[in-house]
Amino acid sequence: MRGFASISALSRHFPRSHYVLARVAKSIPVFLAIAVCNFILLKLAPGDAADVLAGEAGSATPEYLAALKSQFGLDQPTWAQLAHYVGRLLRLDLGWSFRNNQGVLALILERLPATLLLMIGALGLAFILGAALGVLASRHVNGALDNLISVVALLFYATPLFLVGLGLIIVFAVHLGWLPTGGLTTVGASYTGLRFAVDVALHLAMPLVTLALFFLALYARLMRASMLEVFNQDYVTTARAKGLSEGRITVRHVLRNAMMPMVTMLGLQVGTLLGGSVVVETVFAWPGIGRLAFEAVMSRDLNLLLGILLICSVVVIMANILVDLAYAWLDPRIELAR
Amino acid sequence: MPRSLTRRFLVGAAVVAGLGLALPASAQDAPIRGGTLTALLHPEPPYLLSAVDPTLQMAVVTTKMYEGLLSYDLDMKPRPLLAESWKVAPDGLSYVFKLRQGVKWHDGRPFTADDVAFSLGVWKARHARGRQSYARVTGVETPDPHTVILRLSEPAPQMATVFSSYESPIIPKHVFGTGDLLSNPAASAPVGTGPFRFKEWKRGDNLILERNPDYWDTGKPYLDRVVFRFIADASSRAAALEAGEAQIGALTPVPLSEMARLTANPNLVATTSGYDYMAPVLLLQLNVRNKPLSDRKVRQAIAYAINRDTLTKTVWFGYGKPATGPIPSVVKAWYTTDGVPAYPHDPKKAEALLDEAGYKRGPDGKRFKMQTDPFPGGAEFTRTAEFIKQQLGRVGIEVELRTSDFPSYVRNIFGEYNFESTPMYNGAFPDPSAGLQRIYWSKAAQKGVPFVNATGYADPAMDHHFEDAQTQNDPKKRWQDFADMQRQAMTDLPVIPLMEMRFVTLANRRVVNHTITADGLIGTNFANVYLATPNPAAPK
Repeated sequence: MRGFASISALSRHFPRSHYVLARVAKSIPVFLAIAVCNFILLKLAPGDAADVLAGEAGSATPEYLAALKSQFGLDQPTWAQLAHYVGRLLRLDLGWSFRNNQGVLALILERLPATLLLMIGALGLAFILGAALGVLASRHVNGALDNLISVVALLFYATPLFLVGLGLIIVFAVHLGWLPTGGLTTVGASYTGLRFAVDVALHLAMPLVTLALFFLALYARLMRASMLEVFNQDYVTTARAKGLSEGRITVRHVLRNAMMPMVTMLGLQVGTLLGGSVVVETVFAWPGIGRLAFEAVMSRDLNLLLGILLICSVVVIMANILVDLAYAWLDPRIELAR
Repeated sequence: MPRSLTRRFLVGAAVVAGLGLALPASAQDAPIRGGTLTALLHPEPPYLLSAVDPTLQMAVVTTKMYEGLLSYDLDMKPRPLLAESWKVAPDGLSYVFKLRQGVKWHDGRPFTADDVAFSLGVWKARHARGRQSYARVTGVETPDPHTVILRLSEPAPQMATVFSSYESPIIPKHVFGTGDLLSNPAASAPVGTGPFRFKEWKRGDNLILERNPDYWDTGKPYLDRVVFRFIADASSRAAALEAGEAQIGALTPVPLSEMARLTANPNLVATTSGYDYMAPVLLLQLNVRNKPLSDRKVRQAIAYAINRDTLTKTVWFGYGKPATGPIPSVVKAWYTTDGVPAYPHDPKKAEALLDEAGYKRGPDGKRFKMQTDPFPGGAEFTRTAEFIKQQLGRVGIEVELRTSDFPSYVRNIFGEYNFESTPMYNGAFPDPSAGLQRIYWSKAAQKGVPFVNATGYADPAMDHHFEDAQTQNDPKKRWQDFADMQRQAMTDLPVIPLMEMRFVTLANRRVVNHTITADGLIGTNFANVYLATPNPAAPK
């Protein structure tokens, strides 16, 4: 069989592909279960999309409302709506967002780049900076630097995101005028090439920093604790006895092992990546998926919300697989189940 | 202008603030061509077809592209737009419109009477209010490409106020004539006759309109572009105005608590003009189906117990005026206080009425419990509910707040009548047949339909005032109907009018002529708007 042959060929080149394929196959029923659960859960919320549209219009007639309901398919019994939905999913059709008058997949794909840019940027910055600060703090346990890092990190962690965001806007956009208050690009400027990249970077700066400052505390604290734990292990003592320098021990022997909890945390957070950050996206008018999902809830845009949740669950499952692979790479003692 | 219209509109002058307020000194100078006007808008409209959906925020965008037959100036006087002249028969049974010649749709096709006839069919069949406004239109004739005659089965005086770009925008027959309206690509990318053409819409971010060089009013518009930015967070909208990234925001774009700081900014000017067409009134709607609110004395006691002056000054930061009845004073054509019961703040009287009604204070000092559902339209509504809780607490009524999101609110109040009281608002509109009949008329109640009679109030005399006024061609008799209606509304009080709301348009001082119609940014087409000094923020 060609399919089988190509899979075994694949596994020859990529020894872990069997594992990955098995995991993917196992997740298909999980996706369907998630879709059905989401559907039922959302149906339990009072009010529907027609209520919202007619409500926002401020006035309606019974015929107007009936026309909306039949257009959205809300006049059919719930089980029929569910059957329709699952049927469409099996054909990989995420459906139509009546609220946005656009296909769900197109809407999500349109918002995806902005969300990925923000979330990967913020997580990346927080991860690298957090790891560095954590290492630094662990080398000066209970010293002034350690305390300073802890206090600053926790302060940003405890401050509500919107407060940090608005603070930055007031200082850097309103008073200094260095950065734009929000949005993804300068509206209508239609820049290309380098100018476009600079334009996006200027718009990205404040939301990225706001979000990174929040995640930073987690990674810094985690890294510090993890480093301290590894420093107490026997092999580190052995390394010291061998006469290795502290710097070399830290970088070559401790850091890699201390990374395990960091990767776990990163994996968990990558799962939420697609969800974006509703607060940061709202404050900075960032056209991402978090706000789209939030607005979908508020307008009971069932198709859209289900679509977003489903794609998020795909990402969570994929992130889990990647994290498992990363474990095996970081620590050769870990073996992947066949 | 026909007599019946003249009389009505001369009486119907409705202005809050002079236009001069919103204009800089240079307004007297010649308009300046060019520039980009960036406007703030929230929430983002789902599509752009006001011929079907009268959501205010949608109309802020669409009326720059689609136009109506008439516009209504700040005094509610009708002005020609796509109709050059018009005539209403003395018996009120026919309307004749002479259309402007040489008008072209954005795709180059000529605008004709067929488009008007087609649009009327859409308003009547699909518009959320059109079915009622145009209910008595039984025929449309188009004797030539520039004449439209509407034939009515009975007089419908409320029609005098519905031909605006906001309420009745004219859409092209050759674009929307076939297939479903909302599935049409033009539902999100309008093809109109207005001064601005649709350019692009980045959902969740911005929407760009550009100058229509072939606009029928030669030389206009002055602006090159109008950009709408969708910013969901109110404080971020305030920052965008302060930073000069946006120059205008309608429908109270920032929290009222930030208004003092923003109006202190020398670059920004606030005006409450341009909302008289909507005439919004803050109301406390009461569910009169169950005890104790079914008792009129209890409702009157509640009206006496709430200090509307303090409510206006504290919760609404003075952006309002205590209401004296269901029709706000800006609707000068119909507003009266003559013989209308007033409810000055009087807790003692409230307590006496409650005692009289048999709801005496219990051992814990409380008379009864009442739930209240603030309208999910911003912090001010929640604070209004908190204010009511505190005021009614003093006379022994224990108020419980129940907050919900918009869909749950609509479902609770209008879908299931599962509520006791709700502070919310309603547009009284220039004509009570359009704005108020829906909340007082017993036959307007339709379970599940939002923003119609939800209180359960049904009274034959009240029904009669509205039913007679609906087809009453004699303005004097119609005035009497509405005067009686106001008296009865304030006696029975199924709905307690709390405050005439004053929406705010916040604009950069450079923006000239933004508010020149009774429906302000919601209805005006921006053909006359210009930026008094070149806009440095505009990209070249």
